[in-house]
Amino acid sequence: MTQVNLLQLSKAYSSADTYAVHNLTLEIASGQITALLGPSGCGKTTTLKMIAGLLRPTQGDITFDGQSVLGIPAERRGAVMVFQNYLLFPYMSVGENVGFGLKMRGVDQQTIRRKVAEILDLVKLSGFEDRRPKQLSGGQQQRVALARALIVEPKVLLLDEPLSNLDAHLRDEMRELILNIQRQLRITTIFVTHDQEEAVVLADKIALMFDGELQQFDRPNAFYKRPISVRAARFFGGVNFVDGVKRGERVETPLGIFHVNRQEIPDGPVVITIRPENLKLGEEGENAIQGRIRSHVYLGTHARFKVEAGQWHLEVVAEASSVEQFHDGEILSLKFPRENIWLVPTEK
Amino acid sequence: MTLEQAATRDLAIPPSQIAETGWGWGQVARWLVVVGIIVGVLLPFIPLAVWSFSHRWYFPALIPTQWSMRAWHYVFSPGSQVPKALGYSTVIALVVTLLSILIGIPAGRAMGLHRFRGKTLVEFLILAPTIVPTIAVAMGIHVAFIKYGLADTLLGVILVHLIPVTPYMVMIMSSVFANYDPEYEEQARTLGANPVRTFIYVTFPAILPGIVVGGLFSFIISWSQYVLTLLIGGGRVITLPLLLFSFAGSGDNPITAALSIVFVAPAVIFLIVTSRYLTGENAAIGGFGKI
Ligand SMILES: Nc1ncnc2c1ncn2[C@@H]1O[C@H](COP(=O)(O)OP(=O)(O)O)[C@@H](O)[C@H]1O
Ligand SMILES: [Mg+2]
Repeated sequence: MTQVNLLQLSKAYSSADTYAVHNLTLEIASGQITALLGPSGCGKTTTLKMIAGLLRPTQGDITFDGQSVLGIPAERRGAVMVFQNYLLFPYMSVGENVGFGLKMRGVDQQTIRRKVAEILDLVKLSGFEDRRPKQLSGGQQQRVALARALIVEPKVLLLDEPLSNLDAHLRDEMRELILNIQRQLRITTIFVTHDQEEAVVLADKIALMFDGELQQFDRPNAFYKRPISVRAARFFGGVNFVDGVKRGERVETPLGIFHVNRQEIPDGPVVITIRPENLKLGEEGENAIQGRIRSHVYLGTHARFKVEAGQWHLEVVAEASSVEQFHDGEILSLKFPRENIWLVPTEK
Repeated sequence: MTLEQAATRDLAIPPSQIAETGWGWGQVARWLVVVGIIVGVLLPFIPLAVWSFSHRWYFPALIPTQWSMRAWHYVFSPGSQVPKALGYSTVIALVVTLLSILIGIPAGRAMGLHRFRGKTLVEFLILAPTIVPTIAVAMGIHVAFIKYGLADTLLGVILVHLIPVTPYMVMIMSSVFANYDPEYEEQARTLGANPVRTFIYVTFPAILPGIVVGGLFSFIISWSQYVLTLLIGGGRVITLPLLLFSFAGSGDNPITAALSIVFVAPAVIFLIVTSRYLTGENAAIGGFGKI
């Protein structure tokens, strides 16, 4: 159980370079799973390597339980990293790979053998000790890499894109496995992903990063209900954005005046955003506007409509049966329920 | 099966598999090459072996008219300089090989893994000794070595042998490192291995095939040096090539032949021992890489 704090952490690969990570401050709760989420190249791996002790930060500090770890070399820091491409040592058997960390700690052969068997059991690879890494499938290699990290009982487990190299069905399996193991062992876990869905399913908290900077650090559902910006909302599948000007609890837009709940954002230009599943097709009342259905797709469990309103294209997710009720080209009313409207600053 | 199905079915078999199944032309060609190499390497030894046991062998006799063990007795007699030269050659070649490995690993790593300013110039300078005639360099070095007391010494000869050897070692090692993923080392570090153990358990096994091949080159290049040894050793450091040349000049064919066999034997043995590292199956050597 280790709490990890990143304090104003920055990294520039060369003095002339821009920052790969800039002023990152995060409090990573002990025993939880935290996701570093962001598009490729936003500095996630760099952050992970700094925590592991493989890269020296340009500025800032990293603490484990309040103690700075910058002076501790990677091999004694207690943060084990599982790399994106597994990196099983090709010259060693599965058993030797998994036992590597214990061997480095001077544990005797017999104990190593017993613990390797135990941990391989945990990742559902019992009896694989004598196989060669080459003989394993991608999913199996991934589990060996995970076992190799877990066996040393790390203070902090760092996973770089643990699911991205796996097929869809293996991904679900691996996700379950990681969740189960993490619940059993309660290791502080930080994992990196570019896939918001992966982050939502696995993480207790998500740190969304853009261009090396922290955008938002929150619980998963907050990114749907209260995204901090248009960009954050878009990253989580937000598609409906209407520009307006906020005055108190009213927002004036070319589509009409919207009544909104109190929000801390200052008066002036804002963007109204609302999840597609919260827009009510065909409903009247407060915050209802007129729109024309341009197209729709039927998805079995639900249906997705594209609605044109003024210069904006809005997307609505409705019940599957609504495809019988509404038709392309139809003009009808579209309601923005007040409690589901969320205001974000206009993009620069 | 329609023609189209047949065509797509064939496409589904990876080319590597096609080569492995049955006796394709590639297989035949490969065998021809192997047989050619064996014949090419071994054939010249037959007359050498015959000569080394001959006493009288004049034209137009097909085989010697009189046989003798004289040459071999001489070669292994304590009175001849051969055992001593063999010792010098071995020590020099082994030390040169070891030093070239110690230079080649960090240099090859820098060349193969990193991009840095002036890299092309460094590449050129490393290759330069293979282009510039060694004798030209050696003259200058001789002057310097006299000044530092290295001329006519074993150490001097070892150092000067590094000139033709190092470029090959560095080239081979940079090709090895160009195909090497240093993240394996980072992985080992986070699992608890300090830098030394990371090298022993992770880096070394990965680059071992390159070290063997490079070491083979270094050994053979050093083993067969003549001009540099003669110049810097000044006649005090007598190696096998020096003896060989002096006997070849004297016209004593049986002894020259016996010496030649002694001279070539280590190279052939080395080649056979390390041959599995020389085959294309070994991923560590991806041709000569960029250089
Ligand atoms: N070794 C390196 N040298 C120079 N720049 C690097 C290096 N590694 C990563 N970068 C740069 O730093 C930025 C962040 O990279 P990275 O942390 O790998 O991103 P992510 O893991 O989020 O995809 C990128 O712009 C990348 O090009
Ligand atoms: Mg990455």
